[in-house]
Amino acid sequence: MSGSAEQTAGGGMTEYIQHHLHNLQWRVGAGPFWIINIDTVAVTLVLMAIVLGVFILTARRATADVPGRFQAFLEMLVSAVDEFVRETFHGSSKLIAPLSLTIFVLVFLMNFMDIIPVDLLPWLGREAGLPYLRVVPTADLNTTLGMALAVFVLIQYFGLQHKGPRQFFREMFTAPFHAHGFAAVALAPVNFLLRLIEEAVRPISLSLRLFGNMYAGELIFVLIAVMTLGASLLHGLTYLMGPAQFLADFAWVLFHLLVITLQAFIFMMLTIVYLSMAAEHH
Amino acid sequence: MDINLTLLIQSLAFFAVVLLMMKYAWPLFMAAIEERQKRIAEGLAAAERARAELRDADARVAEEIKAARQQAAEIIDRAQHQANLLLDKAREDAQAEMQRQRAAAETEIAAATARAREELSARVGELVLAGASRILQREVDASTHRRLLDELASEI
Repeated sequence: MSGSAEQTAGGGMTEYIQHHLHNLQWRVGAGPFWIINIDTVAVTLVLMAIVLGVFILTARRATADVPGRFQAFLEMLVSAVDEFVRETFHGSSKLIAPLSLTIFVLVFLMNFMDIIPVDLLPWLGREAGLPYLRVVPTADLNTTLGMALAVFVLIQYFGLQHKGPRQFFREMFTAPFHAHGFAAVALAPVNFLLRLIEEAVRPISLSLRLFGNMYAGELIFVLIAVMTLGASLLHGLTYLMGPAQFLADFAWVLFHLLVITLQAFIFMMLTIVYLSMAAEHH
Repeated sequence: MDINLTLLIQSLAFFAVVLLMMKYAWPLFMAAIEERQKRIAEGLAAAERARAELRDADARVAEEIKAARQQAAEIIDRAQHQANLLLDKAREDAQAEMQRQRAAAETEIAAATARAREELSARVGELVLAGASRILQREVDASTHRRLLDELASEI
């Protein structure tokens, strides 16, 4: 697992860890913003292509007769998500359910990249001439915040669509504190401020929760890998750290499998909740 | 870990995937699932209907069997009745025939008796006449004593 250890042994642990947390970047302009994390984007696009390919191809061949195993599996996911959406959102929407399904499947797969041995893909990348490679898109704040912002835009669009522009903009100033006459005018800025905070907090908490979990998970895999960094069969300590690393890695993979599923589920569930709240009248 | 252009790319890519899933995957899956649910519901309803029909048919069959049994019993009753009637009539006819035969026989017997008696009395008259003439040793004039002779004969 720590195959890259020999090369980085000179720099030691710190360099090894920092190397793992460095994106493969492509500068497209001046300033800190005009950089593309190629590894994040590439892995994301590949996973998206897999998800779209699998779902669309299976959907095209889906029959109402006895389904094949794979169709049955996907249908299970589809109807489970549909169930969650129906329980939470009591309106009709063509958007919420497919959005939720996409979020769950995509986030789960992006998280799942964390389960792949932490040095495997970077090592293959180095063989292919890539200096850096971070393979977990959700451990990159750009991905989680990007998705959360997309969800944010959808929340606003959804609110606008379900309430109509009049109601939508009026509520910004009249909820949560209702009043009449002068008091209503006095409370308008307060309401608007609260609304701004409320709306801003959602994408931030949504993205940071996922990012934090995945970043920490990745870091712990890296730290477990460090246990045998630069190890040699000549050292007695290797024979102690080897099994310990195996046990730690095994335990963390098991735990992390729970975490990645749970985080994907939470991201999906919160999206459903936010969208249903956006459709509700105050 | 810094925010950069990747954010926009990821956001737009995510949007695109959501749109594609919404257009080309979700409706097809839901259509298949709903169609199958409909078919299952129809199948269950059909099974329920068939079961009810079977129950009806069973009841009808039981009723028919009962009716048939009743009809058969009626037919047997009627046949027995008919047979009894026939038997009675035959018995009556036989009785009447017997009576008639007996009456005929009786009249015949009576006629025969009467004839025999007449014959006998006539014969006796002759015999008496012959006897008397022999006793008297003379001819009795039959014509003179006819009245007497007839009286005798009728007395016998």
